[in-house]
Amino acid sequence: MREITFQRALEEAVAEEMRRDQKVITMATDFTGDPIKEFGPTRVRFTPISEAVLTGMGLGAAGCGLRPIVNWRMVTFSFVAMDQIVNQASKIRYMFGGQADFPVTYRCTTGGGIGLAAQHSQSPYSMWMHLAGLKIILPSTSADAKGLLKSAIRDNNPVVSFECSRLATVTGPVPDGDHLVPLGVADVKRPGTDVTIVGLAYYVGEALAVAEELAKEGISAEVVDPRTLVPLDVEALRASVRKTGRVVIVDEAPPTCSAASEIASLLVEDSETFRALRAPVRRVCAVAVPVPYSPPLEQAALPRREDIKTAVYEVLKEPVRSL
Amino acid sequence: MCANLTPQDRVTSTHRGHGHCIAKGADIRRMMAELFGRVDGYCKGKGGSMHIADFAVGMLGANGIVGGGLSIACGAALAAQIDGRGEVTVCFFGDGAAAEGEFHEALNIAGVWKLPIVFVCENNQYAANNAVAVQHPQVDIAAHAAVYAMPGVVVDGNDVLAVHASAGEAVARARRGEGPSLLECKTYRWHFHAMRNAIPPDTRPAEEIASWKARDPIAKLEQYALSRGLLSGAEIGAIQERVRGDLNEAVAFAEQSPFPHPKDLLVDMFAR
Repeated sequence: MREITFQRALEEAVAEEMRRDQKVITMATDFTGDPIKEFGPTRVRFTPISEAVLTGMGLGAAGCGLRPIVNWRMVTFSFVAMDQIVNQASKIRYMFGGQADFPVTYRCTTGGGIGLAAQHSQSPYSMWMHLAGLKIILPSTSADAKGLLKSAIRDNNPVVSFECSRLATVTGPVPDGDHLVPLGVADVKRPGTDVTIVGLAYYVGEALAVAEELAKEGISAEVVDPRTLVPLDVEALRASVRKTGRVVIVDEAPPTCSAASEIASLLVEDSETFRALRAPVRRVCAVAVPVPYSPPLEQAALPRREDIKTAVYEVLKEPVRSL
Repeated sequence: MCANLTPQDRVTSTHRGHGHCIAKGADIRRMMAELFGRVDGYCKGKGGSMHIADFAVGMLGANGIVGGGLSIACGAALAAQIDGRGEVTVCFFGDGAAAEGEFHEALNIAGVWKLPIVFVCENNQYAANNAVAVQHPQVDIAAHAAVYAMPGVVVDGNDVLAVHASAGEAVARARRGEGPSLLECKTYRWHFHAMRNAIPPDTRPAEEIASWKARDPIAKLEQYALSRGLLSGAEIGAIQERVRGDLNEAVAFAEQSPFPHPKDLLVDMFAR
């Protein structure tokens, strides 16, 4: 296995899928790496800064036989294309009675912690989860980034790939060969027995670091990464919580109507999981503000390791109920 | 417009897409069934009037959002350009869409990439209830073409043969790989913009409505055919009779088609 950056893993995913299938094209205002050298300007298209038309073009071209990858670059830029995302991409297949497939992948960076302030730092995946009709991937490691993006490109539906900014330069092992990670399968990143920490994207790594510290105190934390938000592997999350009886959900989006709140609901709506809970579900999320610029403010807005640790201690404090 | 197209060419449409569907070769029985919300409709009753599509004949869908189809049409044109078989996309929209940002994004990228597309503006003089002159400082939508380096042509949208001729030139240009065109067809919406429970008083001048009604494109084409001896009155009557019969048959087809079963609510959400 090679150690490569998260960013490199994503580039490899695109290149491998473009080699594998001539129908895959990619469009963006600019590219990391140098894909045009290998694939040429017909399939690697530098575009005007026109998020709306590019989003719709990806959809239209997908309906006509291509497998386009549209890279919005930052997720905040995609808000310019809201009609194409909300009214067109998420509805088109169902609205037309399934008479055509739309295999388009929308890529974007997501998250804060990079000192770029509110209009370049956001984690709005729950807005997309709320729409019926888009699949969503949110990898946390180089291996998952590559495997999930490859699966997304091969998927016959619109898929949004949220690629965490803070992970771009983080390295990790990636299996050799045609490495695929199926959509809708969560991954237990670290097994444990006392508490489940559900982490998303950057906060999977943070949860693992916290779990390591807790282990020294004799606390066994299980870290679970959903990896895909739509479809969400709710059974894997429930299974972990049924085992540990305690759960902390960590994400850098604000808590209101978030992926974390959806996961919390899905856990407690299941009677078996509900009965297994020994403490209230806890969420560790960003503060509900536009992400500020100044480092001390940004750090105060986003979850920190201490916040995760504190939440774990709190759920562990709850006495075991005698039934 | 569509008389210049092959079955492999594609069109995108607006929230008033029935005519485009018929012109591109869609089956009016399945269209009617869709209007009736029945399982034999093009979208199995999931789309209704404003979302009829027939991908098999290159009709990529009506669109409930003003300007929503322009980007999708550009994507179809990009696919055709890459496929290299000379297929063309025709994008229908109204004068209202020309005030949307996506109109400009679409013309810009089509111009810079020389996409094989014909933008067809059906300028019916009113967007919602507002006259074109109170929405656009330049009332000729075709004038936008110059900025995006493509031909812009204004044509009498109520003259079927004039539209056919202009469309033919624009489609041929796209097919030759010479890029997009913008064709503006000046026409008129006879009826009030709908979708309201209580329709407000029509503020459009009565003379204006009357003058456009006097230029009914179908009646004009009939007059032309009669005056040239291309069709007799009896032949025109036979065509009208046939259309009436087809519509009655479509209604009967729709009425006998069952409503969708609620158990199928989630069918067609995701492709395998």
